[in-house]
Amino acid sequence: MILGRITGSVVSTIHHSIVEGRKLLVAERLDQNGRPTGAYVIAFDAIGAGQGETVLILDEGNGARQILDDADAPVRSIVVGIVDAVELETS
Amino acid sequence: MLLGRVIGTLVPAVLVDELSATPLLWVQPLDREGQSEGDPLVCADGTRMAGPGQLIYWVASREAALALDPWFVPVDDAIVGLVDEVRLYPPEDSR
Repeated sequence: MILGRITGSVVSTIHHSIVEGRKLLVAERLDQNGRPTGAYVIAFDAIGAGQGETVLILDEGNGARQILDDADAPVRSIVVGIVDAVELETS
Repeated sequence: MLLGRVIGTLVPAVLVDELSATPLLWVQPLDREGQSEGDPLVCADGTRMAGPGQLIYWVASREAALALDPWFVPVDDAIVGLVDEVRLYPPEDSR
């Protein structure tokens, strides 16, 4: 899973049937220190994440299909958690 | 899924049967601000409604194969939907 921050959303009316009624979020990827890596992903929302929130994103197709309970869903990324804090061991 | 813009079409002379009814489009991958990022690639169009200039989102690998009808065909990348609008929230303030 990867760390991300919700920076936007995508509005789409013509799409695969799996997208129907679901929210598409734009999330920038973060490193372990919470800094943007420059990469982003468009992810489904499983938990009601909102603007600016730091989230945990499942970025793997088979797990995503399990969450959607649809073995044929063409989906790889789903927001599965909202992160309160990341604590790193200082070396 | 990632953003992309359709920049052209591809007309194959010969193609595997499974893909023969699926439109193939050239797509330029975009970053989240809509700027080009990386090299253009050929996407199968699962929506069958995209055309040059259209903003889309696409998936790769197994997910691409699942996005198409007929299902589970040999593709690398596929268009899942057309983008009406990308709403970017204002940059992080003092939150």
